[in-house]
Formats: sequence, structure tokens, C-alpha cells
Amino acid sequence: MLTNFLAESYISLKLQRHQKLNRTLTGEIILIPIEVSSLKKQYGTLKAVDGISFKVNQGEVFGLLGPNGAGKTTTIEILEGLRERDSGEVEVLGFDPWKNGYELHKKIGVIPQEFTFFEKTTPREAIIYYASLFNIKVDPDQILKDVLLLDSAKTNFDSLSGGQKQKTGLALSLVNSPELLFLDEPTTGLDPNARRAIWEVIRGLKAKGKTIILTTHYLDEAQQLSDRVAIMDHGQIVAMGTTEEIIKEHGSGERLEIHGSEKLAEYIKANTELQVEYNKAHAEIFIPLKKKIDALAALAAAEQSGMDWGEIQTRQDSLDDVFVKLVSEQGEITTGETESKQQIKKSRR
Amino acid sequence: MVSSKRIFADFKVFSRGYLRNKFGLFFGLVFPVILILIFGAIFSGGGSGTVNVYAQNQDTGFLGQNIGSTFLTALNQSSTIRVITVNASENFADYLAAHSASDGIIVPQNFSADYISGQPVNLTVYGNPTSSTSGIVTGTVSGYANYFNLQRYNGTTVIGLATTTVNTQQTKYIDFLIPGLIGFSILTSPMFSLVNISSEYKKNKLFKQLSLTPLTKMEWLTSKMLWYIVLTIAGFLLMVGVGIFAFGANVTLTAGLIPFLVLGPMLFAALGMLVGTVTKNPETAGVIGNIVTFPMMFLSGTFFPISAMPQYLQTLAHVLPLFYVIEGLNNVMVYGNMIGALVDFAVVAVITAIIFTLAVKLFKWRED
Repeated sequence: MLTNFLAESYISLKLQRHQKLNRTLTGEIILIPIEVSSLKKQYGTLKAVDGISFKVNQGEVFGLLGPNGAGKTTTIEILEGLRERDSGEVEVLGFDPWKNGYELHKKIGVIPQEFTFFEKTTPREAIIYYASLFNIKVDPDQILKDVLLLDSAKTNFDSLSGGQKQKTGLALSLVNSPELLFLDEPTTGLDPNARRAIWEVIRGLKAKGKTIILTTHYLDEAQQLSDRVAIMDHGQIVAMGTTEEIIKEHGSGERLEIHGSEKLAEYIKANTELQVEYNKAHAEIFIPLKKKIDALAALAAAEQSGMDWGEIQTRQDSLDDVFVKLVSEQGEITTGETESKQQIKKSRR
Repeated sequence: MVSSKRIFADFKVFSRGYLRNKFGLFFGLVFPVILILIFGAIFSGGGSGTVNVYAQNQDTGFLGQNIGSTFLTALNQSSTIRVITVNASENFADYLAAHSASDGIIVPQNFSADYISGQPVNLTVYGNPTSSTSGIVTGTVSGYANYFNLQRYNGTTVIGLATTTVNTQQTKYIDFLIPGLIGFSILTSPMFSLVNISSEYKKNKLFKQLSLTPLTKMEWLTSKMLWYIVLTIAGFLLMVGVGIFAFGANVTLTAGLIPFLVLGPMLFAALGMLVGTVTKNPETAGVIGNIVTFPMMFLSGTFFPISAMPQYLQTLAHVLPLFYVIEGLNNVMVYGNMIGALVDFAVVAVITAIIFTLAVKLFKWRED
């Protein structure tokens, strides 16, 4: 008891009251840099954020996913203290972001959407400028090295590529050694190589124990980088957890897919106890698998039918599939791979 | 709360960016010098003030004398006329038209013979009654004709002329022009720049980005004002230097100018900020900026004294802030009227305080 008390007191002192402490079922102490409950924000009649609640743990990469207009940026800007909320409770590093924004900003790092900077300033000068504003001493070259931008240190901002500009934003967000980072669509509009370079930087930051809130509409990016994700649609969180948890909860489970005719589908349905669905457009037979052995029964029936059948595969819903199911039809999504886009279309039947 | 270190850091980044941008540098420093060179050359009387007159001498001479030629040579030596000779074979009217000229003289064929024999003879003078040069040409030719008439009968000049400048303050146009053009650059550079910056930064979310640092909006605006004060003083030195060395301007340089060179750029930087802040996007900001700037540019005594304008425009000039900046500069540099300058300074200070307060109050780093 006493040791626990001392440990808690020590951590509390160290954190200078700024972060909430939570205890897991096993008694482990965890830190809560962000806690949001019943957050609402409305623009005219549009409910941009409609009563969302979530927590982000220390050292976690938390992905905020959703189609354009889902409320991601409004949420993140409220957390950063750039926008006032209508109602709800928000605590970021122990601060109310709107009321104590000036204090909060000394402790957080932010890349806003479509980061821009003074045209005729180099990344190195920008870092020195930020260090002067925060009144701290930094090694600009080390920061540039951390974000893989040392080669372009002396190039004016307006002559940098899209990826280099985003890396400048990342570099600036790191100047004040923040405990918490907000990355709002950090790779939007970048080519695949530049995106992967940014991912490397984010992984490096995670390895250093930074807590990161990442908004993106690239599902592969969220899957690659996030410990947990929340999917937003129409201002609400429609799913939250690790990607595995979300797929398990909202996905349709494992299924067998056989390329073949409608007759074959009917034959399998008549000769097994399996549930069979057919997609005419793609000439694809779908058989949900309750047990793995169901696949063998289906294949045996197909073979028995004497009819032609093509490729077979078993697959589970991906995050893409679940995303498409959860968000509204008009929502725009972007997946990393063309192939998975095709898979989404197939699985929507 | 306000940190001079942060103001200096922002000043350094902004000024470096400004100096690296060729357009900014051109409009900040080179353009005012070009303006003073152009207006100085046009209005300072640097030209000879002579009128070009085309002359065709058809006079064939008499007894070995060509009086027509002597007359034109005498005319060419006057301070008001430069004679350009046209070949006698040309059609004179067509020649004038082809050279877009309206002033000309034809000396007739029998000019020498008639002059010597005492027969009346006419010189033909071409001119455009709407042009101010026609009167000069007619007057000068008539004066020389009278002089030749006197000479013909060996008369002597009884009444002569002694000229002197009828201006007790000895103010030349260039002396008046320098404060006006300094006022012009005090207005345009900070105003256009801040309208543009404040609306563009808002659109590009650069203000949001800056709001995430400890820099405050007051510090940001102060550093911009400091830069435009530096730029104004540099422009002032260049313009006065060019005015004095190129056009012999006679202006008084005293410490009384400093308040105007400091408050002026502050006033228009704040006004630019205000326009950029209250408008929705850079396009609207540009239009509103022009609507505010252009009347001020022309009606505040920048290029010509407001006393030359109709009464209602003079009244309007008195509500324009630039008027008091230029009048103040004129009072210090040209008229040495320090009490007048003090009144102008007080008016400028009050307007600056109001605009600055409004700009800082309405200018938002963050959104509601």
C-alpha cells in the first residue's frame, strides 16, 4: 500500500499534476494524456461533432479515421485548443485546451492539415525561430536528422517538395520536445515514397514513447501506425479499439470465395448445409465459414458437381471492409492499395 | 507578457524573408526611388522649358542678305523657343501633322526684300489654341518681330526687363514632392503588405500554426510594425538623398520627422491588418485594401497640394489619415511650422492608437 502510494505520489509530482492516472484491473498505473467525454460542436445546423467520448493512453498512437467531413479535424482542433467546443468535457495533459491553450501549447506538438510556412525560410531557420519562440536551446541538425530532412536544411520552404514540407512541419512540432503530438493528415497528397518516409519518422517518435493522435483517411496508414483507432462518421464514433478488435466486432468473419457459375452456387447450396451467396457481376460464390472444415465440404461439392470452377480463397474482412460497412455511402475513402479497393467492391455484394 | 526576444525572433525571420523576396524589396526600396526620379524629372524644371517650333524659311534673300535666316537664328537664341528647321520644299502643314506638332513658323519668300524696302510683310505662325505652348510661341515671335521692326528704323530699346523669383519661401516643386512621395511609401508598403499577409496567413492557416507557439498576436503585429519602420526610414533616406543630389531639393531634416516616420508605418500596418482581418478571403481583402488605399493615395497631397483641389475634396482630404502624415512632413521639412506639425502628430497618434487597438482586438489567432 505504502509503496503504491509513494509510487503514485512520485509520478504525480513528476508530471506536475498534468496528467490523469488510471489503474488497470491488474493494478498497473496508466497515464491518460487525453480524456474526452460527450464532446459536441455544431456549425449552424451541421453537427460536426456529436457527443463523442474517448481516452488516449500514454505512449499510444491513436488513429482517428473517417471520411471527409466526419468531424476528425474539428475534434483534433478542439483538443489542440484552436477551436472552442459547444459542450462536453475535454482534458488534454490536465488542461482545458480552450481556456489554457497558451500553457498547453508549450507541451504539445502539432502538424495542422496541409502544413505551410513562411516561403523564404529554410527548415533550419524555421527550427531556430521556433526554439527562440519557446525560449529553449535545441540542436537544429539533430531534429532535421530525426525527421530525415538534413539534406534540405538550407532550402527555402517554397522550393521544398510536398514530403519535405510535411517533414518541416514534423520538425517544428518536435522543437519543444512535446509529450503529445497531433498529426492531422500528415501524408495527404504525398507520393508513396514520401508517405513511407513520414511513417518511418512517426514510428521513430513512437519508439521514443511519444503519445500521438493521428488523423488520416488512408486506412493502411492507420493500420500500419496506430495502436488503437476510432472510426468517425457524421460527428460520431462508430467503432473504437485495436484494428483486430474492430474487425472482430464489426466484420463478417472468415469466408470462402470460389470463382464459378450461378449453377455451381446452386449445386453447392443444394448438396451441403452451407449458406451460399452469389455475386453475378463478378461470378463469385461466397460461403461464410462457421468452422474451417466447412471449406472442405464446399470444395468437395464443387468437385462433385463436375462443373468448372476457378480461383479459390478464404479471407476475412479487412479494416477497409469494416470501414465501408460502417461509414455512410456518400463518405469518401482512400485505401492504400488498388487491390484492396477491388476487394471492398467484391465484398459489398 | 510581451517578450522582446520573441518579437526580435519574429522580426528576424520576417525581415530575412522580405529581403529574399525580390518583389518586396523592389516595392519597399527601389520603387519609391524610381517614383522620385520620375516625378522629379517631370516637375522639377530640370528641362530647359523651351518649346520646339518647326520653322520653314522660304526667304530667297535680297542684296546678299537673308533676313529670314537672321530672324530664325535670333529666335533660336531665346530662352523659350528651340527652332527646328524644315526644308523649304516640304508641305509645311503636312510636315507638322506627320511630326504630331502644332507649333510652327513660315518665313515668306520675299521677306528680306520687303523688310529692307519697308513693305509690310507677315510671318505665318501655326498653333493650337488649346495648347499652352501656342501662346508662348506667338508671344515670343511677336516680341522678336517688334525688335526687328525697331532695328529696321535704328530705334533703341527704352523699356527693359529685370527678372527675379516671386516666392518668399523659395519652395520648388521637388521640395513639396519629397514629403508627398515619402507619405506615399509610408502608406503603400505596409498597407498592401499587411492586407496581403493577414488574409493569406488566415487562408493558409499560418496564424493557427503560429498560435500553437508562445508568440502572441500583439508580438507578431509589433514585429511587422518594427520592420516597416525600418523600411520606411531606409526609403526616406534614399528618397531624400535622390531629391537633394539629383534635383537640388531644399528640405529641412530635423528630429521632428522621426514621430511621422515611426507612427506612419505603424498606422498603415495596423490598418492593413484590420482590412485583412475583417475580410473573408484574400480576394476580398485585396479589393477592400484598394478601396481604402487609392483615394488616400491621390487625395492626401501626395503628388500635388490639396489647395489645387475643389473645396469638397479638400474637406474629404481632412478625414484621410495620410493627409496628416504628409501635412506633418511638409510642416517639418518645407515650412518649418513646428506647431502645425505637432497638431498633425497628435491627430496621427490618436488615429494610430484607435486602428491598432481595433486590429489587435478583431484579429484572431484561433476560431470560435
